[in-house]
Amino acid sequence: MQPSRFVQELIDIVGERNVLWDDYDLRLYEYDGSVDRALPQAVVLPESAEQVAEIVKLCNRASVPYTARGGGTGLSGGSIPVAGGVLITLVKMNRVLEVDLENLRAVVEPGLVNLQLSEAVAGNGLYYVPDPSSQKACTIGGNVGENSGGPHTLLYGVTTNHVLGVEVVMPDGELVEFGGKALDLPGYDLTGAFVGSEGTLGIATKITVRLVPLPEDVRTLLAVFNTVDDASATVSEVIGKGIIPAAIEMLDQMALQAVEASVHAGYPEDAAAVLLIEVDGLRDGLDEQAQAIRDIAEAHNARSLRIAKDAKERELLWSGRKGAFGAIGRISPEYYVVDGVVPRTKLPEVLEAIAEVGRQYDLRIANVFHAGDGNLHPLVLFDGAIPGELERTKEAGAEIMRICIRAGGVLSGEHGIGMEKAELMGELFSDHDMEVMLKLKAALDPEGLANPGKIFPTPGRCVEIPRRPLAGIGW
Amino acid sequence: MKLNRVVAWAALVIGAIALVADYVYDGLLRRSLRRLLAAVRGGEEAGGVQRGPDGQPVSGITEVPESGETPVAFPDAELIRSCVHCGLCLPFCPTYNVLGVEMDSPRGRIYQMKLVAEGKISPDNPHFYKHIYQCLDCRACETACPSGVQYGRLVEAARSIIPPRSNVEQAARRAILAGALNSDPILSVIGVGSRLYQRSGLQKLVRSTGILRPIPRLNRMESMLPHLEGSLILEPLPPVVRAQGERRARVAFLSGCIAAQFFPQTNRSTIAVLAANGCDVLTPPAQGCCGALQNHSGDRETAKNFARHNIDVFERTGADYYVSNAAGCGSMLKEYGELLADDPLYAERAEAFSEKARDITELLAELGLRPPTHEVSARATYQDACHLRHGQKIKNPPRELLAAIPGLELVEMARSEWCCGSAGIYNVTQPELSESILDMKMENVIATGADTILAANPGCLIQLQHGLRDRGVHMRAAHPVDLLAEAYGADGHLDSNGGDGG
Ligand SMILES: Cc1cc2nc3c(=O)[nH]c(=O)nc-3n(C[C@H](O)[C@H](O)[C@H](O)COP(=O)(O)OP(=O)(O)OC[C@H]3O[C@@H](n4cnc5c(N)ncnc54)[C@H](O)[C@@H]3O)c2cc1C
Ligand code: SF4
Ligand code: SF4
Repeated sequence: MQPSRFVQELIDIVGERNVLWDDYDLRLYEYDGSVDRALPQAVVLPESAEQVAEIVKLCNRASVPYTARGGGTGLSGGSIPVAGGVLITLVKMNRVLEVDLENLRAVVEPGLVNLQLSEAVAGNGLYYVPDPSSQKACTIGGNVGENSGGPHTLLYGVTTNHVLGVEVVMPDGELVEFGGKALDLPGYDLTGAFVGSEGTLGIATKITVRLVPLPEDVRTLLAVFNTVDDASATVSEVIGKGIIPAAIEMLDQMALQAVEASVHAGYPEDAAAVLLIEVDGLRDGLDEQAQAIRDIAEAHNARSLRIAKDAKERELLWSGRKGAFGAIGRISPEYYVVDGVVPRTKLPEVLEAIAEVGRQYDLRIANVFHAGDGNLHPLVLFDGAIPGELERTKEAGAEIMRICIRAGGVLSGEHGIGMEKAELMGELFSDHDMEVMLKLKAALDPEGLANPGKIFPTPGRCVEIPRRPLAGIGW
Repeated sequence: MKLNRVVAWAALVIGAIALVADYVYDGLLRRSLRRLLAAVRGGEEAGGVQRGPDGQPVSGITEVPESGETPVAFPDAELIRSCVHCGLCLPFCPTYNVLGVEMDSPRGRIYQMKLVAEGKISPDNPHFYKHIYQCLDCRACETACPSGVQYGRLVEAARSIIPPRSNVEQAARRAILAGALNSDPILSVIGVGSRLYQRSGLQKLVRSTGILRPIPRLNRMESMLPHLEGSLILEPLPPVVRAQGERRARVAFLSGCIAAQFFPQTNRSTIAVLAANGCDVLTPPAQGCCGALQNHSGDRETAKNFARHNIDVFERTGADYYVSNAAGCGSMLKEYGELLADDPLYAERAEAFSEKARDITELLAELGLRPPTHEVSARATYQDACHLRHGQKIKNPPRELLAAIPGLELVEMARSEWCCGSAGIYNVTQPELSESILDMKMENVIATGADTILAANPGCLIQLQHGLRDRGVHMRAAHPVDLLAEAYGADGHLDSNGGDGG
């Protein structure tokens, strides 16, 4: 088979080995970590920012949509090319370009795996804070795309708090820089607007991030409860007392069972909920903080408490939490992760409402989430092989999102809006809010080719996104 | 010199003829040689008797069904469903690191299997063949996967349904995997031939003239050949070596097929170290190849036959443990239970066999190492053999043993859990990829500044030696038990008390 003219032009930019256009290969790019599927028409693996710019320009000339892809671990379909077109996969741009020890900065390429950045600077006593549970595999570019969080963002903030600047290939193909190494630059905070834009405002090709000294010491506690209410009340009181732990994670019973089957982290399987709480910082005072948390948990009927003795035990306790989503694979062929944030105080009632949704839709729902900031991750378990079950699951997911919004929360904590929750945006934001966002999008991407179909509801339902028809690209 | 060369050529030619003849006559030569040997050794049957599913001996090699004869049913298809396509395994996959594409990632390979199982791709699709065979079967993805995907079983299942691409390929595979490796005489011919080839100066000639270059595969195999020590014709291992001091266990030793020829000293070290640690060591002469390479390449039936034979032989020893010093073989021994689960005659016995199987490092750690006495001054780095680290989940025992050696400094290399690119016969079937993977490995090995590289698997040692030689780096490559044996002051002489053979 001969490549089409368009594909040939892609090959001219990045070389033959960096373009996939055979039907067989394309099918391997129709998925990510979510339940969505859509085929690209070509996949390119650029090796430099200039190549990315050339690709975007070419797409503009041919009116072909394009979507950025990092590790493909996304849970909201952000990197799924819903409108077809070119999938720009950034995994070959994975270098640490610069480590500035004096100013605690690093400049990295977008395809660098999150954990590999922390590993690269660990020798200097530093790390990169945002630690999504997928940090072994997700990329910094993808984190920027989704403004990802993680267990340790409770105290230290999410991706946007750690990104100081980005070099971006704009939708018109021009290479620009937002922000920089300084902490507070004059002018609009375009970095802030870009982080979390899910590839709809351009593609990051270089990212300047903040590094933080590794905490001097940590204490990691596992508290076990017989009711979810007691666990939730503990979370509220810990934070109410002014202790801000580095992380507070909750797992409910179904999640515990899956995790234990997978990593044997020593989580009790018959408990209603466990909290994994971590305090870190200067060694002085840590034991007092840990003790205070202990007391609070005990006051709320914690059935047992365990403090990790050493780094090995700490790692074990965390491995259970970090492997939790994957571990669900042991008890269900597929899962659908819902991602929303609710005020902490509403946790018990929201969790009860979610359980009710499970009963109503006859689906099992497990909960593993960042309890400290009320970022919920109900995992709806389903089997895609059973006709209609995926649809039912998605309906249940939407219902859960509505519960979050009604409780005064928001749609996405960290996994982004993607295509999964686009339809619900209108329920969260007023028409005015939506209009401002759409104006920004229209100003920066007038052709509407940058990752179409994401974040905003499908045109026609809500406000029209200006974009050319996709049909008749002719390649 | 001249005479040497003639002899070497003769040995090689005879070896090749033996291989071909054996294949053509469906194991005839092997069978007659075995009978001959059995007669010489007296009594006990030598070599592997192959048995059918009914437990009756069968002659020859199991037929691979012709493609298209049976409709494709993906074995263990339900295992595919445990993959939740989260992608967490990707950065741990060596081929994904080299190639950077989903097709050569664990998640992508499983997705391709899913498409085959659903009938959306045909198993003889050349793309499918390519990506499934580019997989190292190193199982690093299993270690990384939180969902418990049994990737090793899946890729073996995938290979078992891919029809062979040509008769020649099938014949070659069959001759080497199902035939030569399970035949003592052929292995000896290979061993003697290779030693002669090296010692006659022929190797120097071949390497300096590059005469083999027009035949890439042969040239490749030649370049991999490790430097062979030991006497020209190896003395067989003593069937029984008694424990030193108080007896703590009775173990039967699987001495391996090709490794026994290429690394005879490691087998002797293993026996010496076990004896020094209070084990009676039985090495049944009738044992056969473990079946790992056959199983990895999808020939499950041959693997099953080998397993049945070894179960028969090892059961007779009455040993407490069955020990292997090759990670790949040990991994296979531990899978016998699963391999023969559907065999009414063998299922239970296979399960019991696997329960007793141990890697040498695992067993020593389990028994508690007797403190070695001799100093071994070396700065060593340890490479995790895939089938130890990922296949058998053994990470710490070898490190603990090495730490107990006086004078030995152990430096961890970066990514020691990454495959070296050896992977069974991968370094011959996928030379380019194997080299790229070896490049990554060598960089990390050399960065440690060590003078010794250790790996608990002969295949890895061959590959690492080849990598060092190619880069002109002088470093000793050895099995951890070789160092342990030195630390016990073992001099290679095994004190055999003769005896009953178990
Ligand atoms: C098991 C598991 C656990 C997870 N845990 C968490 C968690 O704790 N917290 C959390 O926040 N998320 C979590 N996630 C979701 C996911 O890992 C994150 O959203 C992650 O940031 C995605 O990174 P990626 O490299 O895989 O990006 P992809 O999924 O490939 O892409 C994500 C989005 O970013 C865009 N994008 C990618 N690269 C660029 C770029 N260079 N420039 C601009 N846009 C780009 C894409 O177009 C897409 O919209 C989890 C996922 C899994 C599977
Ligand atoms: S076995 Fe090794 S090479 Fe094969 S997919 Fe898994 S990690 Fe990759
Ligand atoms: S093999 Fe495991 S880690 Fe890899 S994608 Fe599947 S579930 Fe995730």
